[in-house]
Amino acid sequence: MSQPVLTFTERGIYCPAGDFHIDPWRPVDRALITHGHADHARPGHGAYLATDGALPVIRHRLGEIAAEGIAYGEARQIGGAGVSFHPAGHLPGSAQIRVEVGGQVWVVSGDYKVVDDGLSEPFEPVPCHAFISECTFGLPVFTWPSQTEVAAEINAWWAANAAAGRTSMLGAYSLGKAQRLMSMLEPQGPILTHGAVEATNAVLRAQGYSLPETIQVMPDTDVKALKGALVIAPPSALGSAWARKFGPASTGFASGWMRLRGIRRRRGMDRGFVISDHADWPGLQEAIKSTGAETIYVTHGYTEIFSRWLKEQGHDAAIVPTEFGGEDGAESESTS
Amino acid sequence: MKRFARLFTEIDQTKKTTVKTKALADYFTHAPESDKLWCIALFSGRRPKRAVTTTNLREWAAERAGIPLWLLEESYPIVGDLAETIALVLPPPSQASDHSLSHWINVLRGLHDIPLEERKPRILNAWDQLDSTERFLFNKLITGGFRIGVSRKLMTRALAKATGQDEAVLAHKLMGGWTPETTSYHTLIEADDPAADQSRPYPFYLAYQLDEPPETLGPPEDWQAEWKWDGIRGQLILRDHAHHVWSRGEELMTDRFPEFARAADFLPPGTVLDGEIVAWEGTQPMPFSALQPRIGRKTVPKKLLREAPVILLAYDLLEENGTDLRDAPLCRRRARLDALLADMPAEAPVRASPLVPFADWEALAKTRAQARDFRAEGLMLKRRESPYLSGRKKGDWWKWKLDPLTVDAVMIYAQQGHGRRANLFTDFTFAVWQGNELVPFTKAYSGLTDKEFDEITAWVRKNTQQRFGPVRQVRPQHVFEIAFEGIQPSPRHKSGLALRFPRMSRWRHDKAPQEANTLDDLRALLAAYG
Repeated sequence: MSQPVLTFTERGIYCPAGDFHIDPWRPVDRALITHGHADHARPGHGAYLATDGALPVIRHRLGEIAAEGIAYGEARQIGGAGVSFHPAGHLPGSAQIRVEVGGQVWVVSGDYKVVDDGLSEPFEPVPCHAFISECTFGLPVFTWPSQTEVAAEINAWWAANAAAGRTSMLGAYSLGKAQRLMSMLEPQGPILTHGAVEATNAVLRAQGYSLPETIQVMPDTDVKALKGALVIAPPSALGSAWARKFGPASTGFASGWMRLRGIRRRRGMDRGFVISDHADWPGLQEAIKSTGAETIYVTHGYTEIFSRWLKEQGHDAAIVPTEFGGEDGAESESTS
Repeated sequence: MKRFARLFTEIDQTKKTTVKTKALADYFTHAPESDKLWCIALFSGRRPKRAVTTTNLREWAAERAGIPLWLLEESYPIVGDLAETIALVLPPPSQASDHSLSHWINVLRGLHDIPLEERKPRILNAWDQLDSTERFLFNKLITGGFRIGVSRKLMTRALAKATGQDEAVLAHKLMGGWTPETTSYHTLIEADDPAADQSRPYPFYLAYQLDEPPETLGPPEDWQAEWKWDGIRGQLILRDHAHHVWSRGEELMTDRFPEFARAADFLPPGTVLDGEIVAWEGTQPMPFSALQPRIGRKTVPKKLLREAPVILLAYDLLEENGTDLRDAPLCRRRARLDALLADMPAEAPVRASPLVPFADWEALAKTRAQARDFRAEGLMLKRRESPYLSGRKKGDWWKWKLDPLTVDAVMIYAQQGHGRRANLFTDFTFAVWQGNELVPFTKAYSGLTDKEFDEITAWVRKNTQQRFGPVRQVRPQHVFEIAFEGIQPSPRHKSGLALRFPRMSRWRHDKAPQEANTLDDLRALLAAYG
């Protein structure tokens, strides 16, 4: 093979033919961004390109930036590279990025999940020669229950708390997971939100995503008058003074890491709900298979184990070191 | 099994003792008797004899899950629990079943009598009928260590609540050598026959550590002081012309310490003594290291019996002439003990642990400072009027230990913990200097806060120099103060010495690795206290 479509540099994934980076972690002139989470959309780049769906949140988080939007599936030529963005199912507006140079197609997955959460644009397999896949949960112990099962579990917990006069306090990442949760639940009372969550809600609502009614908790909100409430907040807020004003409460945390009892217990919350915006073990296999790629590069997660497994399955697999965080929970306490 | 799985889930989902107690009490009220008995057994450290090895389990689970064995092995340290790892990788069950806890335990017990190749289909069949939580518990029954956030004390309290019996009475009933195979729920819990089991020990009364100055305990004349020995806490029972020796962990140690067979020559039947088993050389105990070779053994070679003969340094009399004395005040029990053991010949395997006289707290503090000269770890302070309670209770018994010995050492290896500590680096190896070389001398696992473990975990991930399986060699940068209770020679270790109860007492952020102690410093401690 001649020049590879993408190379891996200390600034991030780079396309020599188009002279751009994808989700770079050091400042670059031109960055293509898969989604708005802080470890993928970083400040300081000269120009940003992201989906129309992802851009409002990225602007909200990064402030004044030179950015351009692109529709899913829209073909764009950048130098010698043809690029397009395709739904990754990770959160509203999230994308995989397809890069084609001289007939060779590479796809950068960003973060993804293959199940339809009802809110994000569902994951779309993109046939390619090389697939750069995340593997946050690349171990066979990670298999997710269906969203319906988890929703029923959280609804039951919320209802029991409401009946017992307790507030339900659910910790979740403020972009993506929080909105997914509020959309999938059957309201058992009012939904209250932390400021960080509500700010993202406002951005998504303005884009036309439909979210249930929520009440932002303000310093003067009489939270005790709001009986049977579910509070959705970043996990860090649940342990803070902010959380104490709600009186008697049961705490829960929604994350793929809650699949493991040790991590669940260490989190010190009453309940752990197994729900993730990353692909589980079967999801990773399914995604990789559906791309038809011969070469798989694995990034952030259990890369050594996962690449060994892929090699045994007959793939050409290699590890790419990146500086992306994982899902908020175990390895990366700081990314919320 | 569904009922037991529900109980487990309720317990696992809460940190509140009251909620756990209620869940257990409900179980004890509604579950069938055979299940109740097994539940009591499991939460008091008893479990069915292991019928298959964990190696078998791993292989069968990987095969059933359709993954290579190495992938299961790699997943295990990340999950931190083998029973859980297996439960998580298996495909969903294809059959439904609602067999009881006892049914599944009987399935496991039945495996002993059949050839190995017939065990596998039975285990696979069980996995195929159990949901994820039930499987986890089923696997736990095999892999052992049924620690799921229920202490024996909590279980006893719940049982008391469910049966209306007194908690201390129940605690006593649950002591001893019974298993669900040798008794029934009715015999163990409901029948009112304390003589049912002649070997049954009394629940041990455990002391708290004294962290405040002794003056806070009130007038010194209300208290008695004894040496705190560094041996094995034991209860010697003489009943019906047989003797039994129990450890605090309720392990029967009779065969391990044949010296006590002679106790019946000197003491009447119907006697129960509480004390410390120590290796004895004429006038004082030998260091704990002399006792150590006897701990792991079921039978004792003659040479060891000659070199390190043990005796019981008795400090309490729980039963005299068959009468339970535990409600009597300590001063009266002590007087009876002294009378019983007065004029004991030198060859008797029992002696009274002497009282340490003192006029005031200040004088006693001076005596305590000399504890190591008496081969003691410090003092025990006991209220003269106290009854003999069961379990760890605050107020009447205190251990007033010497300050531990300490050295400053450099962390050189790190390993992840298990269970709740999976994914966290919690197991460390420490080294001291010998010239320009760092010589490893101890491991330590405890003493840091959760926050410090998080911090050191992040650091280890970034500063790994080399990996040896699960062990990571890290940059020698961090200095920790290691506290320990004793030091002894050990030819098995590169450093030539071993510590007793090492733990991390402080993270010395203020010290550079060069400022850590040296092997010579440790050798000096060994010469002084070994």
